[in-house]
Amino acid sequence: MDRRTLLGGAMAVAALGMTSASRADEPPIRIGMSMPQTGGLAAGGKASLLGIEIWRDDVNARGGLLGRKVELVVYDDKSSASETPAIYAKLLDVDKVDLLFAPYATVPTAPIMPLVKQRGMLLMGNFSFQVNSKIHHDMWFNNAPWGPADAWARGFLGLGQKAGGKTVAMLSADQEFAQNLITTARDVAKKMDLSVVFDQTYPPSTAEFSSIIRALNAAKPDIVYVASYPPDSAAILRAVNEIGVGDNVKIFGGAMVGLQFAGVMENLGSLLNGVVNYNSWLPEPSMYFDGTKAFFETYSKRAVEAKVDPLGYYLPPYGFAMGQLIEQAVTATKSLDQKTLAKYLREHVHKTIVGSIEFAEDGEWKETATLEAQFRGVKDKNLDQFRSSGKQVILFPERLKTGELITPFEAARN
Amino acid sequence: MFSWDLLRDAVVLGMLLGCFYAAVSVGLSISFGLLDVPQVAHPAFLVLASYGVYLLNDLYDLDPLIAGFLLTPVFFLLGLVTYRLYYETFERRGSEAGVRGIAFFFGVAFIIEVLIILWFGVDQRSVTAHYIGKAWRFGGLRIPLRQLVAFGVAIALTGLLSIYLSQTFMGRAIRAVVQDEEGLRLMGANPVKIKQFAFGIATAVLGIAGALLIIVAPVEPTLDRVYIGRTFCVVVMAGLGSITGTLVAAIILGVAETIVLTLFGASWAPAVSFAMLLGILAVRPQGLLGR
Amino acid sequence: MRRSDIAFWTGAALFLLAVLLASLLLRNEYPFFAGYVILQFIVLAVAWSILGGAAGYVNFGTNAFFGAGVYTAVFLTKAFGAPLLVQIAVAAAVGSLLGFAVGLLTLRMQGIFFSIATIALAIIIETTVMNWRYVGGAAGIQLQRPPVTAPFDSYVKMLFFVQALLVVVSVAITRYIQHSWIGRGLQALKDDELAAECTGVPTLRLKMLACVLSGALLAAAGAPAAMYLQYADPSSAFNLNYSVSVLAMALIGGTAHWIGPVLGAILLGSTQQVLAVTISSEVNVLVLGIMLVLFVVGAPKGLIGLFRSFSPRTGARK
Repeated sequence: MDRRTLLGGAMAVAALGMTSASRADEPPIRIGMSMPQTGGLAAGGKASLLGIEIWRDDVNARGGLLGRKVELVVYDDKSSASETPAIYAKLLDVDKVDLLFAPYATVPTAPIMPLVKQRGMLLMGNFSFQVNSKIHHDMWFNNAPWGPADAWARGFLGLGQKAGGKTVAMLSADQEFAQNLITTARDVAKKMDLSVVFDQTYPPSTAEFSSIIRALNAAKPDIVYVASYPPDSAAILRAVNEIGVGDNVKIFGGAMVGLQFAGVMENLGSLLNGVVNYNSWLPEPSMYFDGTKAFFETYSKRAVEAKVDPLGYYLPPYGFAMGQLIEQAVTATKSLDQKTLAKYLREHVHKTIVGSIEFAEDGEWKETATLEAQFRGVKDKNLDQFRSSGKQVILFPERLKTGELITPFEAARN
Repeated sequence: MFSWDLLRDAVVLGMLLGCFYAAVSVGLSISFGLLDVPQVAHPAFLVLASYGVYLLNDLYDLDPLIAGFLLTPVFFLLGLVTYRLYYETFERRGSEAGVRGIAFFFGVAFIIEVLIILWFGVDQRSVTAHYIGKAWRFGGLRIPLRQLVAFGVAIALTGLLSIYLSQTFMGRAIRAVVQDEEGLRLMGANPVKIKQFAFGIATAVLGIAGALLIIVAPVEPTLDRVYIGRTFCVVVMAGLGSITGTLVAAIILGVAETIVLTLFGASWAPAVSFAMLLGILAVRPQGLLGR
Repeated sequence: MRRSDIAFWTGAALFLLAVLLASLLLRNEYPFFAGYVILQFIVLAVAWSILGGAAGYVNFGTNAFFGAGVYTAVFLTKAFGAPLLVQIAVAAAVGSLLGFAVGLLTLRMQGIFFSIATIALAIIIETTVMNWRYVGGAAGIQLQRPPVTAPFDSYVKMLFFVQALLVVVSVAITRYIQHSWIGRGLQALKDDELAAECTGVPTLRLKMLACVLSGALLAAAGAPAAMYLQYADPSSAFNLNYSVSVLAMALIGGTAHWIGPVLGAILLGSTQQVLAVTISSEVNVLVLGIMLVLFVVGAPKGLIGLFRSFSPRTGARK
């Protein structure tokens, strides 16, 4: 751990020193959550959980929260919406946990929102997308860099427009996350006066993308926005490499889930070059904050035994940051009262290992930090290359930028 | 968004995809089509084979096709064991074998899925070979090389199996046992042994099919669920047990899927292939080239 | 009324009374969340076995009927804000139509062909829902519950009670079928369809009837799930796990008597609920597979077969 956290921890221990003797035998603070550990979301879920566990061990090593040990109560929701209501009911009524974290992703999170709101519990979101837009729970804090709903599409399409693009092709998976993204992207394209020349939704069982890419190619778009899901993202890039998307294309990518994961990146290797895709954290100079480096040192050691993503850029640092947010709120207010904590989280700026976080009215980040980065100079079969900077150059948002877009797409591929 | 160029490309790519579908279905055409074993775990074995190929490719840098070939004896044995188990518990006892047989294989598929997850984790895996990621140009048409490889292997595989079943002694014995088990028994042959051997071959073929699966696209542990529908669709459409029928039906499925993907809404593709299956089942339950 | 009828209806009344009392007295909501899922699986398993047990037609499309029920409820909620009971009634109607269609399409199909046809149907319906933007399409849809009706103090408790009612209804129907000429006809159908037809059993009509009843109950069991989750997305509503679990439950319990699927659903359903909050890993799914294989291999007639082999007298009760 770096000096600041150490120091902070030491101070916290010192401050509580007088009471800690009596509190040592107090029950631990229990944080309850479900996490996808089997099923389609398991790869992300397990990595995210490791991030949270690293925070737990870290905070416990520093004496816990309010002098009490932190304990995680975690159940597997099998990546399914139908499992989570019973799990959260158990967390609340049987385990009687003190705090709630949401599971990774939108589908398992959506069904618990009404329950959590009804019980007046604070809920820390974990990378779900616009899940609070209808429920309006005022104690929801989504720890994901998305920001306002349309920021994502604006970032990517804006880059394309700046490079001279006028027409857009959209290819999306027939699946919840991708559909939510593509719906906002359609609106944004309209507002930006970009004309949509190709708009296809492919089913999740698609085995072969050559023919879809062939059709996309025929539409001669300038900008290609792809919202795809893990097994397909790799297949799409392969097909793009073989079939080609045409010389018109200025920028390709946008919202391909899967290209953030080490295994996929290693396998695709040089096929990634030129693709501009979203991410939440990257080893670029602008992305190191207090404690970030120390976190990844611990993570890369523990990821090996836990058999999860060895790089862990996408979810794990946010899992840790989620813990930091709660830690700061609890330590500052010296309370576990849900309303008090929510008030604190809403009114302050929080320093975490993924940067400063400020929440908007709807519980999303006030400002987007969804990175759009371009893969460059990637070689085949080499995992460690992704640990150095310059392989994924950040183009958006402006304040985190580390380079300029290389365009057109074909030129950026070599 | 229609153009003749697009249609032409869709048909060509669809035929290649169809041949790949034929390769992954042809084993089922024997085990289910000829032997009447409700092998719902067929796609799970297929994915298992892909992971075997991945392992060999990753550890020893073997070409995926060679790795798949090396796996065939292992899968042959696996097939023998599976059939023996199935026979002892279901076929011999007779009644209700169908219902419980399906459930049995469903359970097996589940177990395989979980074992893959426990062993390899949930990440998707893929292999490297020099023909993956390249394309051939034919005029304006670009064809992925891996599709051509799958095409060639699929044609060879179905061709060889077809010859094997019609020309060799064992092949004819397999056909005979399907048509007249009692007659074969009277002739002094052991029908169970023959069926077991046939099931072994049906499973052995999966070694190569698994290699094609992971050559064409990355695999993940639960991929078998997608292929339950596709493989059974092909075998039923083909008419049970017909190897040439399997190839024809798979090509029809591939072309239909690709045309819908390219020219109509891509999101309707799965419904179209299954609507075709339902239609054929309702009108011509014996399949296109049924026996 | 025969004596067994009186016993059955007294049992059913006591069961409902216990459920009602529990939902009025217990404050802890978790048992209702978990219990709801188990009750839902009882209805599904019992409904499945009308076709799968008595008639020997293995329906792999349980998820299609379940999902159709879910989305009927979603549509009714969104379009008219219809109350729960209307949702269930309409879902049952949709399910019976779907069952009718399956019956018509598969008139001449038997064995695994019937099963494959139901898989195909499930995929077609799921694809249709995925492309139906009004109910959210692939993106899923969040729903608001209406206020809860007295005497219940929480919606989940009410859903629990409603699902318990559905259990009684589905068991009563299945029980009636088993005791009447329909059951004997279906049994004949399963043993030898051709022979049954020759001896004057109206096989087609019986099969259609079983399809319609089974379909109606499967969809009815799905309808309250929309309000239970307050969220619906096609991949969860049409999850293949419903088909596998229900098949496993019916076979593990045994399909010769209505109590079989009930026992199977309770055993497997509660095991799954317990495992979900204890082991929480892949082993969870492994248990389903291993239990299925063990029972199918070791206990061909399921739990009721096991019981009967221990005490011949219970066997005579049927």
